[in-house]
Amino acid sequence: MSRISITDTSLRDGSHSVSHQYTSSDVEKVVAALDDAGIDIIEVTHGDGLGGSSLTYGYSVENELDLVSTAVKVAKKAKIAVLLVPGIGTLELLKEAHKRGASVVRVATHITEADVSEEYIKAAKQMGMFVVGFLMMAHMADIDKLVEQARIMESYGADVIYATDSAGALLPDDVYARVAALKNALRVPVGHHAHDNLGCAIANSLAAAKAGATYLDGSLGGMGAGAGNAGTEMLVAALKKSGYEIGADLFKTMDAAEKVLLPLVVEKGKQMPLHDSNSLIMGYAGVYSSFMLHARKAAERFGIDVRNVLIEVGKRKAVGGQEDWIIQVAYDLAKATGKAI
Amino acid sequence: MAKKIKSAIIGPGNIGTDLLFKLQRSPLLEVAYVVGVKESPGIEIARKFGIPTTIKGIDEMLAVDEIKIVFDATGAIPHLQHAPKLKAAGKIAIDLTPAAVGPYVVPSVNLDESIFALDNVNLVTCAGQATTPIVYAINRVAEVYYAEVVSSVSSKSAGPGTRQNLDEFIETTTKALQTIGGADSAKTIIVLNPAEPPILMRNTIHTRVRKPDLAAIRASIDDIIKKLRIYVPGYRFLVEPILQDDVVTTVIEVEGLGDFLPKYAGNLDIINAAAVFIGEQFAQRILEGRR
Repeated sequence: MSRISITDTSLRDGSHSVSHQYTSSDVEKVVAALDDAGIDIIEVTHGDGLGGSSLTYGYSVENELDLVSTAVKVAKKAKIAVLLVPGIGTLELLKEAHKRGASVVRVATHITEADVSEEYIKAAKQMGMFVVGFLMMAHMADIDKLVEQARIMESYGADVIYATDSAGALLPDDVYARVAALKNALRVPVGHHAHDNLGCAIANSLAAAKAGATYLDGSLGGMGAGAGNAGTEMLVAALKKSGYEIGADLFKTMDAAEKVLLPLVVEKGKQMPLHDSNSLIMGYAGVYSSFMLHARKAAERFGIDVRNVLIEVGKRKAVGGQEDWIIQVAYDLAKATGKAI
Repeated sequence: MAKKIKSAIIGPGNIGTDLLFKLQRSPLLEVAYVVGVKESPGIEIARKFGIPTTIKGIDEMLAVDEIKIVFDATGAIPHLQHAPKLKAAGKIAIDLTPAAVGPYVVPSVNLDESIFALDNVNLVTCAGQATTPIVYAINRVAEVYYAEVVSSVSSKSAGPGTRQNLDEFIETTTKALQTIGGADSAKTIIVLNPAEPPILMRNTIHTRVRKPDLAAIRASIDDIIKKLRIYVPGYRFLVEPILQDDVVTTVIEVEGLGDFLPKYAGNLDIINAAAVFIGEQFAQRILEGRR
């Protein structure tokens, strides 16, 4: 069976779970544990990627570029990746991240907007980086569109293309069909990034592997936006048991989650993502997982039910990065119910 | 009919063609040349209007002395080549590209007499036209030390020029938030949204201020919006200014006039409306012999 590369995103997608409060010392511990466990790629950036630290997405407590430097220093075998969402991150930040030693960049666009990745993918390739084309909200377009957009990213030089289930809205059969279509159409390897909003993250990752994906994402303890990602330790266990070749050691990955990451989260007074009615609604309605904490905050500010906010944001077809729409939705809902603003 | 000043449009793409429709209504400007580098729907439309056209670049147009004002709706790199030629030919360049050969002009903020002494002015970006007036209005009463804008535009209204140069778009807008808006530091985020029917251009504007007096801020914003609506009638609040700690948040929607581009393309409409407004002010001064 094929060799599967695992990317751990505890220090990027997982950053949502700690409201971007990671410090260099946290990064040092987590990267050391993941590297020792044999994880192939470790992603380190603000949850919304380079340049994400902002009023809109929440401020990082420490400059993400310094966190990248720390990760690069600590990692002996693992490659360090950064996320770049065109429109949020900039070429300047990418160049700086590369200078600090990041060797992988995941360039993320909405499923229908692959062409905005051109200047970033080309620049990254020119710097000699390994480039992952990350097509977000993969549930929002049909398979033909996904293939068309993946080919666009491939034509710019992306080394891997991901079907990214940012809303945790896909079911195993959906993932299988998407990955199989990509495998069939592309020359480059295919990856999948799951969210657990419908409780399908591991099942979806296995379906992706079965369809030929050779890049899969996880995060320790399944931390991450919405109900979180596929738990890396669970992913390692499930892939091993299915007979896939992977570089990671199961016990060490479990220890990284339980002995290194969990205590950090507790220490920060944060909690691991829950499977609650909010995350379930996100998966069901197909809402970008990172909206969760912002929706909660806005609902609280305007005194309304967070589920209504999430459903309405979904109805308005907000895409990744449109956290700014949440405040307006909450404002509109509060106004409609006659609440004082 | 009163005398009009002759103008030309370079680059009859989406923006240039919409500009053509807007200028057809102008009481002060007449389009006397449309310049392209290839056959296009824009060139075809100009011909139908009976306007002289060329697909061989700007040289023929440069030779027409009566053309005083030239709108450049190409791209940054072509405008860098056009700018010195336009200057040598004694024409005023109104630059809708991010080239920024001339200074940024946002009519509701800095269109003062000194601008009319120049021969090249730059229109920033659509997001810059939509958001810097608000930041400027807040800054003059509340001292903005940080501005952050999120501009969402419909995927359909973002052409290849924008898509291949998102980074330049962000950089230019950010610079304008500081130099025109007056923010000490700034951040620009842009999101393309593919929803159907297409969304109207929408801007969330956050500012962090030293003097969080919401009533004064509101009055200042209302004043600037009054000026803006003269040339962009579809500019309106989605969320009126609200305050939390030192953060003022407001959300603006821009509906276009639906000339050549549909109404949702408020982003393209606002930069064109600003260009026409500036062009007419130049024309007025030329007609009055003040320039």
